[in-house]
Amino acid sequence: MSSQSVGGGGGGTEPRHFARMFVIWLILATIADVLYYALLGPHIPPGTMTTSAKDDQFDFNILFIIALPVIIGVWTYLGYSLVVWRAGRKGLAEPVGGEWARGNKKVQIGWIASTSAIVMGLFVFGTVALVIGAGSGGGEGPSPVWSPASKNPLQIQVIAQQWKFTYRYPSFGGFETSQLVLPNNTTIEFHVTSLDVIHDFWAYQLAVKADANPMSDNIAFTTTRELGSVTVRCNELCGLWHGAMFNYGKVVTPAAFESWATSTEAATAVNTKLLPPYATTYVPDANGADGALYPTNVYPYSASEVYGAKVAAS
Amino acid sequence: MSISGKLAAAIGLFAGAVALVLWAVFGFIMPNTPTTDFTTAQPAGSPVNLHVQVVGAIGYGPHPTWVSYLVQTPGGAWSHSTIWKLPPHTQINMTIDQYDSGSPLRNQVWGQIEGTQGGTVTLDGQTTSVVNSYIGNGVGHTFAVPSLGIVVPLSGVDGSAKNFCSTPAPCASSAVHTVTKFSFMTPGAGDYQWQCFVPCGLSTLFGNGGPMSTVGYMGGFLDVAA
Repeated sequence: MSSQSVGGGGGGTEPRHFARMFVIWLILATIADVLYYALLGPHIPPGTMTTSAKDDQFDFNILFIIALPVIIGVWTYLGYSLVVWRAGRKGLAEPVGGEWARGNKKVQIGWIASTSAIVMGLFVFGTVALVIGAGSGGGEGPSPVWSPASKNPLQIQVIAQQWKFTYRYPSFGGFETSQLVLPNNTTIEFHVTSLDVIHDFWAYQLAVKADANPMSDNIAFTTTRELGSVTVRCNELCGLWHGAMFNYGKVVTPAAFESWATSTEAATAVNTKLLPPYATTYVPDANGADGALYPTNVYPYSASEVYGAKVAAS
Repeated sequence: MSISGKLAAAIGLFAGAVALVLWAVFGFIMPNTPTTDFTTAQPAGSPVNLHVQVVGAIGYGPHPTWVSYLVQTPGGAWSHSTIWKLPPHTQINMTIDQYDSGSPLRNQVWGQIEGTQGGTVTLDGQTTSVVNSYIGNGVGHTFAVPSLGIVVPLSGVDGSAKNFCSTPAPCASSAVHTVTKFSFMTPGAGDYQWQCFVPCGLSTLFGNGGPMSTVGYMGGFLDVAA
């Protein structure tokens, strides 16, 4: 009974198994990568509405394109082994793979080296992608380490309260509205805060997600690149109507945005004068800075217990 | 008992336990407030007149000190209900009698009337588009339907007034109150959550617990259905 040996080389009629597997893998991996890139890649969420979203999509695609050949490599080896080295019903050479089945240093070292190179390469790629100055769509706190190159981002303050997001536009007189309208091809600087409990501002199509914490200014950047609708949801459980804490925004042309902003500024001028001056954080109401309780017997309510107070209520 | 019999018994007991748990959980989380139907009280396509009052303390039930909305049924009685069934694509003429004292709004953005016909309300006979909560008796409560963009602040009354409503709800019209009137159109069929944006859940975190977080008091649904 002759033993079968794995791997190339050797004389006789033993096929060059690794060469075969390599060819099979190369063909399948190439087809898979091309098909993925052409058919699926452009549709991978969160889409391409902003630079942040497009960067996320690009990152996902890179990971998939690298991962697919690895998966196919494993499957190819598995499938080939199952077919070529399956135990026959009549007679069985032990071990089926011969001495090669017990281990092969070249294969082991090659596998570890190649996978390590892939992981380390992705590590470098991920770090560079994080650092490159497009700014992150995630909240970076009040002092972002990296920010976009744009010198004049449009500041929009996101104010979360139970249970609705409102938006303040400081460059348009500081009016506050429950509508989120953004100009296209513009770098946006979101300043996210809360007037009561912790919320989370999640604008899906913008690939922006930032916690809204009381007394905290959480800054997130993105640059709009496409017109369209935006769904905003609260992504931090915040009470009974957390599920109803959503609204729809939109990215419009710069001209349409200018028209909307100036008309809204005019329409809300009377109420805007009653709002507190624009600031990056506001004192939550009624001893709430430390999560204390709403007052039980304060009447009339003191000025320090409302949104915009200069000092926290004692 | 055979193995199949034991298995059947075990499955039956498990299913019964699951049903019991689901019944208890849904019984706890489903609102107990009744639904008030306004879809049949007038000819199809006619406006619906919705008369609502907001009181400083409901005065009865499991939470007698809680603030609450009440609605006047088509039959004329006052009902402790915050789920109102309305016809679609219909004008709703809303009148809200506000009997509670007021204060400055936590966020004055809710002082800007939005989503009503004309973008205004009639407050004690005067048409206005903004309610300044820093003057007078401030704002008692608000009526807002976030998904429909409706925001209506309700001016407060003097809490030290002699005829301040202190009886169990509904408050009599002789008690001091403000009257806010406005109209809006219902959209297509669906459930539209409404709430108040004045946190008045005393002794709760940021005031948004208690009645603010309980359907039947300061929040509910517009159940728009044919």
